[in-house]
Amino acid sequence: MSAAGTVLSVRHLCKSYRAGQPVLTDVNLEVMIRSITAVIGPSGTGKSTLIRCINRLVEPTSGSIMFEGTDLVRLRRRELREARRRVGMVFQEYNLVERLTVMENLLSGRLGYVSAWKAWRRSFPREDIERAFELLNIVGLEGFADARADSLSGGQRQRVGIARAVMQQPSLLLADEPTSSLDPKTSVEIMQLLTDIARDRGIPVIINMHDVGLARRFADRIIGMAGGCVVFDAVPGLLADDALKKIYGGEDWMH
Amino acid sequence: MNDVPATHSWRRFTPAQRLARFTVYLAIVAAIVTSIQTVEIIPEFLSDAPEQVADLLRRMWPIDVAYYPKGVHAALMETIHIASLGTLLALILALPVGILAAHNVCPFTPVNLVAKLILVSSRSVNSLVWALLFVGIFGPGALAGTLAIAFRSIGFVGKLFGEALEETSRGSIEALAAAGAPWASRLSFGYWPQVKPSFWSIALFRWDINVRESAVLGLVGAGGIGMTLDSALNLFQWNRVATILAAIFFVVILAELAVTFVRKRII
Repeated sequence: MSAAGTVLSVRHLCKSYRAGQPVLTDVNLEVMIRSITAVIGPSGTGKSTLIRCINRLVEPTSGSIMFEGTDLVRLRRRELREARRRVGMVFQEYNLVERLTVMENLLSGRLGYVSAWKAWRRSFPREDIERAFELLNIVGLEGFADARADSLSGGQRQRVGIARAVMQQPSLLLADEPTSSLDPKTSVEIMQLLTDIARDRGIPVIINMHDVGLARRFADRIIGMAGGCVVFDAVPGLLADDALKKIYGGEDWMH
Repeated sequence: MNDVPATHSWRRFTPAQRLARFTVYLAIVAAIVTSIQTVEIIPEFLSDAPEQVADLLRRMWPIDVAYYPKGVHAALMETIHIASLGTLLALILALPVGILAAHNVCPFTPVNLVAKLILVSSRSVNSLVWALLFVGIFGPGALAGTLAIAFRSIGFVGKLFGEALEETSRGSIEALAAAGAPWASRLSFGYWPQVKPSFWSIALFRWDINVRESAVLGLVGAGGIGMTLDSALNLFQWNRVATILAAIFFVVILAELAVTFVRKRII
């Protein structure tokens, strides 16, 4: 077991979609409680694969992922479902159910805890509904409970996405390029909201991103990936030009 | 600009593709020629046709309206009942089969294949043939008609419903899976909202078709207005035949109006 305060510990994680062409080659990282970790790196270097391996939306080829005392890689169907309830996820394309209302989308974060029949009847426990309304206020969407998700703007949808992930009351939040589909101003607002909520609740977050500036501004730790493994891992203050060169290659783009 | 030296040559299709396209055209022409030869159109009958049509219309006119309340109305209602009940039964049966046929919802290829086999066999048999089968099993009457409509519709509804399921966006399902939602909840919260409009639109469309199809089922004894039509035809009561045809026409138009109205509301 690892040191106290470690929420997630990834060891020797490898993933190849096709044999002989690894996307992740031996990734090792630990995530501590109350930390905001940004993962940066060029496109196609496996950032998204790494995040998706953690909650097994993508099956890892080998390695271990210790989370709350269990190795997520070894879990079978039911156990995996139960573990996934403890990991919230925010997506680049929001991935809301478009034809459902905002409230239904929030409550879908509780589907792991409610029987399918009760979910169909929309009879969720009272505390879930209370928490959903509370979260709607926090993400700035009070009054939108009965609006359909497809009537919202991109920024509003991502707010719903964040609220849905937090509805799970997770011990870990994963965000896969949460701002890549948004304009710069909305991106800052969404990052602010995501990190505020996470800090308030003491939930550690791992965020994939393309925007180095946003990563510096909001994360307290930056992981740089290149060629399927971690090549930089330090506080944002140490992310200097030579590190960026190592992560993205070349230097013409920096000036 | 024609004297520019040609440095690049470009053709939309490769020689192999051109050959394949030519072969397809040739096959189509050959098929048309062969079919015309097989059909054996007799010129005398063809030239006689307008006269025959005029004669038929003369016998049909005037429409025997007085026959409607005592001879047609009950049979017409039975036809609508056969169509509606048959559609309802088909929806109930097609829902699970459609789900099992969709590979993204049920990722087991053998199960998909069995479901698709059920759907294909349902569709490959015409309603009239289904009706003949059920008349043989249950005897003549509306029950045989209802089952014939239902069994023919399972394939239609199930296939289109399964395809609608396969076209749903993966993202929202992925999000539900990431939250630890069990399969049944992913189905009801993720897939169903996405396919609900297509499902009801398929159901209405099928009901519309079934109203028309159930009108002829009576020809083989499976109840409804077709039986009335059959006896009128056999007794050469052309005025009555005209009444029945007009009644069917009227109902089909009403069904069309109803379907259009409801579809606008749900989509």
